[in-house]
Amino acid sequence: MKNKFKLFIIVIFLSFCFVIFYKGLNTPNNYTPKVNEKKNIPTFKAKDFNSDSHINSDEIFKENIFYIVNIWASWCVPCRTEHPLLMQLSKNQSIKLIGLNYRDNFINAKKFINDLGNPYSRILIDKDGTLGVEFGAYGVPETFLIDKNKDIIKKFVGPINQEIVSEIELIIK
Amino acid sequence: MKILKIFIILFLVTSFSELKSDEINDILKNKILKNIRCLICQGQSVYDSESEFASSIKLIVDRKINEGLKEDLIYEFLREKYGDWVIYEPKINKNTYILWLLPLLLFLLGGAIMRKKLNFTD
Repeated sequence: MKNKFKLFIIVIFLSFCFVIFYKGLNTPNNYTPKVNEKKNIPTFKAKDFNSDSHINSDEIFKENIFYIVNIWASWCVPCRTEHPLLMQLSKNQSIKLIGLNYRDNFINAKKFINDLGNPYSRILIDKDGTLGVEFGAYGVPETFLIDKNKDIIKKFVGPINQEIVSEIELIIK
Repeated sequence: MKILKIFIILFLVTSFSELKSDEINDILKNKILKNIRCLICQGQSVYDSESEFASSIKLIVDRKINEGLKEDLIYEFLREKYGDWVIYEPKINKNTYILWLLPLLLFLLGGAIMRKKLNFTD
């Protein structure tokens, strides 16, 4: 009887270990960021791309509309891929695009905008990447959708595609 | 002469204390950076990584320490931005309580088994 109980305990323990390791094998150990978590926009002060002035976040997001914050850089190849889609989004009247120029050379960034067009109503300079951290960004490109309550409601890590643009257009409708 | 001596002593004391506070900040900074996961690297802490993400986090941590923020508040700030995963030492919550309690339970179980065995041999 005692041996049977011991065997039962061992079997239970081994089954528990098996389930844990089996589940561990099937779940990827790469970090996947939470993209649907609702967060308030951070309060910050940043340098404007087109003037030498500094501007507060309250002034940037003062209108009662949706905003998109897009982190980009001239050295970032996927940013070139998503740029036509940002141009497409900028034509929508119910949304404003804010660009965050991430760890970039000003002349190269200016050339990038001149060559490909400017979808942004305002561009902010994030010279050392710390403004990106305030938004909870990992790198470039990254896009945040901000609703009328000034909450970040969606985060898109990597370049946006037509599917994402349709999703954004559906949300802001 | 006496005044000069006092000045030299005062100078040494103040410069030594400044150096000490810088050193303390550096130790704290390194401790925090070693406990933050570089989210875009494979198995590296922010302290070990030279990535852009890591260098931005290093700057933020440095800034927060200089602002006088305590270690816990810096972790809280990063947790708010990136979630629990960014810190190597997870906080106890509904997702991590098994992780924290399991070693303790195993330890108690082991102790109980040993006690039973010892009683049996006596």
